[in-house]
Formats: sequence, structure tokens, C-alpha cells
Amino acid sequence: MAVDAAAVRAPAAVRTPRFAEVAGGGFIVGYLSLVVLLPLAALAAEAGNFEHAVTNREAVSALKLTLGLALAVALVNAVVGTATAWVLVRDDFRGKRIVNAVIDLPFALPTIVAGLTLLALYGPRGSSGINLAYTRAGVLVALLFVTLPFVVRTVQPVLLELDTEMEEAAASLGARSTSIFRRIVFPNLLPAILSGVALAFARAVGEFGAVVLISGNLPFKTEMASVYIYGRIQSNDASGAAALSLVLLLISFATLLLVGALRRWATRHDRQD
Amino acid sequence: MISARNVTKRFGEFVALDDVSVNVPSGALMALLGPSGSGKSTLLRVIAGLEKPDAGDVFISGREATQLRPQQRGVGFVFQHYAPFKHMTVADNVAFGLTVRRRPKQEIRDRVHELLELVQLEGLGKRYPAQLSGGQRQRMALARALAVEPEVLLLDEPFGALDARVRQELREWLRRLHDEVHVTTVFVTHDQEEAMQIADHIVLVNHGRVEQIGTPQDLYERPANEFVLTFVGEATKFRGDLVRPHDVVLGALPEDGAEEALVERIAYLGFEVRVQLVLGDGERFDAQITHDEAERLELARGQIIYARLVRRADVATRDELVRPLA
Amino acid sequence: MIARISLRVGVLVYLAAILLVPVGLVFWRTFEHGVGPAWDAVTTPDAKHAFWLTLKIAAIAVPLNTVFGVLCALAIVRHRFPGKGVLNAVVDLPLALSPVVVGLSIVLLYSRDGWLGSLPFQVLFATPAMVLATIFVSLPFVVREVVPVLREIGTDQEEAAATLGAGAFSTFRRVTLPAIRWAVAYGVILTTARAIGEYGAVRVVSGNIEGKTQTMTLLVQDSYDNYDITGAYAASVLLAMIAIATLLLMTMFRPREEST
Repeated sequence: MAVDAAAVRAPAAVRTPRFAEVAGGGFIVGYLSLVVLLPLAALAAEAGNFEHAVTNREAVSALKLTLGLALAVALVNAVVGTATAWVLVRDDFRGKRIVNAVIDLPFALPTIVAGLTLLALYGPRGSSGINLAYTRAGVLVALLFVTLPFVVRTVQPVLLELDTEMEEAAASLGARSTSIFRRIVFPNLLPAILSGVALAFARAVGEFGAVVLISGNLPFKTEMASVYIYGRIQSNDASGAAALSLVLLLISFATLLLVGALRRWATRHDRQD
Repeated sequence: MISARNVTKRFGEFVALDDVSVNVPSGALMALLGPSGSGKSTLLRVIAGLEKPDAGDVFISGREATQLRPQQRGVGFVFQHYAPFKHMTVADNVAFGLTVRRRPKQEIRDRVHELLELVQLEGLGKRYPAQLSGGQRQRMALARALAVEPEVLLLDEPFGALDARVRQELREWLRRLHDEVHVTTVFVTHDQEEAMQIADHIVLVNHGRVEQIGTPQDLYERPANEFVLTFVGEATKFRGDLVRPHDVVLGALPEDGAEEALVERIAYLGFEVRVQLVLGDGERFDAQITHDEAERLELARGQIIYARLVRRADVATRDELVRPLA
Repeated sequence: MIARISLRVGVLVYLAAILLVPVGLVFWRTFEHGVGPAWDAVTTPDAKHAFWLTLKIAAIAVPLNTVFGVLCALAIVRHRFPGKGVLNAVVDLPLALSPVVVGLSIVLLYSRDGWLGSLPFQVLFATPAMVLATIFVSLPFVVREVVPVLREIGTDQEEAAATLGAGAFSTFRRVTLPAIRWAVAYGVILTTARAIGEYGAVRVVSGNIEGKTQTMTLLVQDSYDNYDITGAYAASVLLAMIAIATLLLMTMFRPREEST
């Protein structure tokens, strides 16, 4: 996350007039309240009968499935995302620029369209011959689609900035290539990898559009938490939906805090004490 | 000892090294000197194995090293920007080469302690590189390179990123360290003063070619060509010749071969005096004389004086100087 | 050498299997029988309505989030105030939050027994709710793009302007805004793409009434549910083309540090 707490206090000559500060601040607070805070507060208020809503079997099953698949996807991305970032930064081949642009496709493509395209290849009439509809594998593939860019994009800039001289120094001191990766490159990439993993995890936990088509939403089998919540809404069970939503909200918050902490941990060696 | 023979290296169209041959005697402290882009860093990296030459061989301690990777060459390399392992402590940095060779922990601890003392960083082992000053980081980089007892120590503009005073201190410190440790050392610099001050031998390169190899005195007193003359030490143009200012002799009386000149400016530089003169036809040149001589001549601005060229040494031919050292 | 090539091939195969082949396949299937059927599918009245509704919502959400984004970035970088950590967390929250949760929270707020349920105009199951949902999910992008740029350029230029006699608003208009314009542009591209592509939150708040509250993404799903595969694919292709255009713009405007 790019936003951080440190500010550059402008000197007197450039300071904004008081009324502008107040107006601007008021606008920001008002806007955020209307758009984000009030709705979420309403959500928290509605989550009555929290315990029952969260401990019923279907909800627990959906939550377990969601967390399990999200974790699996996050780990796959840790490996594949790092490998992809490596290839994009250290390798060179024709069409690399196109591949680099394509990585962002899951960001740009609507999730429902992503779900449809996966069905075209891996569905009942899919061209690959593999039918993943109504299976957890299908959900997994959908989640891999939408989380593809996260680790790649957090690792890439770090890899670009990484001083190759460190690796040359390690080579001149006798370290073999695997040793260099293990002792020099990887420790410097780890915080970025973990940040990307956390973001991918959060995204996967909440994913709706990409999974809703291919999973078939079979309760206890392929029903993700987001789809369960949607079902509760359709059944007019507002408090049931709100309760599980609150759980997801807390997971999102926790993930953001984790990413913030990871960023501070990553830059710990750059600070002079 | 190190020997680079007929090394050529191209980067695309650009020729960084053109058939360069250099011998570094065992135990010597040699400078690879030259302007930016002259190929000196490239040559160093070729010796280290960090670049592969397009042609030529590298021999280290008599063994052919051209095909060997950097890990196998037994060279210690120190980078201009230190290349510290910023995620490791100073002690771990210095220990790295030994850690990778899986030496026993106690041995590593002792050696690191010894080295930190050698480079005057005792007590700073637990700090991180970000917490050290530039000079301290460079000393750490040196200790790290020395830890694995390399046969050869290579330094790439080691003091370039430091400020003037620290640079001066570390220069002298390197010379003293070399006198103590006696590892064959080659360092790259664009600063001729630095090379002249501490090197046993200097290889002067320009545009990928060797201009001259010799001791600092050789380069100063017997420059092989005009480039060497102007790059190393002072030079001035007197009647169409490029000469050292101290080769211009000033006298109060007209003599055979002396030119009449007007004293324009006098600068007192400690023991020496730099005199700016102008000839009848407007040509300007410098002379360098001692305090005593200036006093004897009663040198003053506006004075008419007689200038003569008396070469202290002759400019040798190129062939004579680009000979391999024993 | 072998390691390098096998890594490259492995990564490309993964990208193809997960990303490229599925998307390419949809294009293929859409135009398999020629452009005609596909064109017909996206020019039905419902489809046209969905298209314009999507654009209308984006046209409201994006400028609002842009203004908010610039002001919020200025507040974060140039001012000190308590609770800045909370502000950061709230702004970043939409990136980590499930769209269904977003939609639900809006429904709860504006439903008849909700706190804002008695407004004189209809919010839920109508455009206003869809706009709110879209604003929510596309909130962070301009802020996140502008903050690092603002931080990097520092106050030097603004101080120079002040010494030359420019007042605060003049400085803002003539110095600060031009300095951040590419970051803002990139943020706008990301915001727009997100706004056009939103599905889950909008589905929850809209009631998904064809011809009335159906955006393009909802049209895709609705067509699919009604076994109108051609319609679903055609709308998907249209959205995919918009996505590709977004990728092109992203590549052109990408801030320097991120490009390879």
C-alpha cells in the first residue's frame, strides 16, 4: 500500500489557508463517511444473533472452504508470482513487453467475464476437454485467475531495484547460484512476496463474480463465503448475511494491517537508528 | 601475480578494451588509471570473471583463469558502492565467504573478529550497513573480501563515493594495509593524484588501450606521449611543445635560446611558486620554480624575464615503455 | 542457461493456461459464426441500455473519486493530523473487501428499516445505489497513485512559487496539479476500469432489473442464466475489449518505477 503515515509539513510560505484546510478535511471525512463508514456501520449494527448465524453448518463450511482455497491460491501465487516477476525482470525475449502488460488483465477484466472465459475452456462444453464445473478445482482456477497480478506486481519493483552488485559480490566470495538466491536475493524479496501473498489472500477470500459461474455453488462442496452471503440476502436473512459479512470484513482489516506491518518490516534495514 | 593477455571486450558497437595486455607483479599495489569510459573498470571485471572477454586470456597465479567463474578465481572484489548485504549485520557480511564455505562457527567468529580489528571496525559487528558511514562501509567491504584470503584483491573506484577528506584518509589507510598484508592488489581510479600517491605501478588506459605502464615516477618524468603528459601531473605549452612547468627555467639575463616573457601572475603554493607568463606574441605558459629561485630573481608582476626549456628527463618512445614487467 | 529457458517456458505456459487461452477462446467463440450474430446481441435495446447505464455510472463515480483522491492525497502527504493511520486503512479497505459485503452494507443502510431508508427519492434498486456501490469499490486508486508522487516531488517547487508571489490556490493550480497530472491520469484509468467492471456489489444493490438497472456486467450474467450464450459472449467480448484498451493505456501511462 502506498499510503503511509509520514507527512512533509509545508513551511509557512506554502501553508494552505485555514478555511481551505477545514473545508477539505470536512469534505474528505464526509465523503468517506457517506460512501464507506456509514454502510459498514449499518452492517455491524445488523449483525444480530451473530453467534448462531456464524456457527450454522453451511456458513462454517463455506468459510472453511473459502479460507482453505484462499490460502492455497496465495501459496501458489507466492511461487508462480515470484517466478513470473523474475522472468519479467531478469530475462529477455520477444514479446516480453506484451506479457508484462497482460499480467494486469485480471485487474482490468470484470470478474464475471473472467468466470465466463474460464468456463469456455474448463466448463462442461469447454474446449480443453477438462470439465472443472461444480468442482473445487474449478473454484481454485478461478481464484488463480483473479489473483494472478498481486505477487508479480509487488515483487517486480523490488527485483528491479535490487543491486546486482550484491549478487556479484556474493559470487566473488565463492557462493554458487543457488546459494546466492537463497542467501542474498530471497531475503530481500521476502517482504514483497509476503505483501503480495496477503493481498492475493484477501482478494481470494472475497471473490464473487469469477467463482459464481464455474463453482455451481453447491453447499458444503463448492459454495464460497461470498456466495453464501448472497444466498442469505436472496432469502431475506439480512442478519445472517451481515454476520458472515462482518467476519469477512474483519479478515480484510486484519490483512491490511498485516501488509502495513510487512512494509515497515521490509524497510527496517534502510532506516538508520 | 595476474596476467591479462590481448583482452578485447565489446559492448555492442562500443569497444571497451582493445587488445589490452597487463602484468601485475606478485604483491604489488597497482593502479588502473584512466578517464571515464577508458575501459579500466571493464578490465578489472574481466580479471574478476564478472565479464567475459570477447578475446584474450587471464592468468591468475600462473593458472589459466579465463574459463573460470568468479567463484573459482580466488579474487576478492570491492565495489565502488560497497555492495553491502544490507539484510545482514556487519559481522555476517564479513563472515559471508567463510559461511558459504561451511567453515566451523568458532573459526568464523575468530576470523571475523580479527578482520574487524584489522579494518578498525571492532565493536560494530552487530550493526547493519545502513547504520555505518560511507568510509566504515567501505572498510567493511574490504574486510569481507579479505576474509577468504584471496590471492588477488581487486577494487573498483573504491573511494569514488566518499567525500574528499575521507577519501584521503582511506587512501593512505589502504597503502598501509597493503604494506601489512601484502596481497597482490589492483585498484581502478580516475584520480591521477590517488594513483600517483599510493600505487607501486600504474597502468594508464584511454579508449580501451594501454597508454603507458610504469612507476609513478616513470609516468611523471618520462611520459610516453602527449596524453600521459597531460593526464598525469601538470603540463604547459611552451613554444609549441607540451612540457612540465618545472622544465621551464627562468633567468634574469638573456641567454642563448631564451625567450623574453612578461610575468603576469605569481602564485605561492607552499614550497613551490607557479608563475604565469606571456611571450611577445601573446602566447601564455606556466613555469614552476622554488621559493629560493623566486627570491633570487626578485620576481614581481610586470617584470621582464627570460625563459628557457631545460628538460629534466626525455620523453621516451612508446615501445620502450609498454614492455611486460618481470 | 537451461534453467533460464525452462523458467521462462513454465511461466508462459501458466499464463497461457490460466489467462490467455480462456480469454482468447471467448473472442474465438464469439466471432466463430461471423460478426453478425455478435453485433445483433450487443445492439438489443436491453444491451444498449446496459451500455449507457454502465457509462453513466462511471461518469459520475470517476470524477468524484478523482476529486476525493487528490484532496485525500494532499491531506495525507502535506498535513499532520491524528488518525492518519485510520484514514489510510479506510481508504485501502475497498481493495481487500468482498464486493458482496460492500453491496450488503449499502442495502442495509438504505433499505426501508435502514438509517437512511426514508429519503425522498429512491436509492436502492435504482441508479443512486449502483453509483454508491461503484464509488465504494473504486475509491482507492487515485489516492494510491498520487501519494507517492506528491511525496517524491516535495515542497521545493511550491516554495519557489510562493517566493515568486503566488498565493496558495494559485500555487495549487499552476504548480501542484501539473506536477501530479500523470499520476492522476493513471489513477483515473484504474478507477474507470474498476467502475466499468464492477459486478458483485452492483448485483446486490440493483435488483438486476433488465432494461432498468442492469449494467453490462449484469447483462453478461443474466444472458448466461437465460441460456443466451451468444449474448453473454458478445457482451463479454465488448467488456474484454474495454479491458484491453485499459491495459494499453496502463502501459502507456505507467509510472516509471513499475515498468520493466
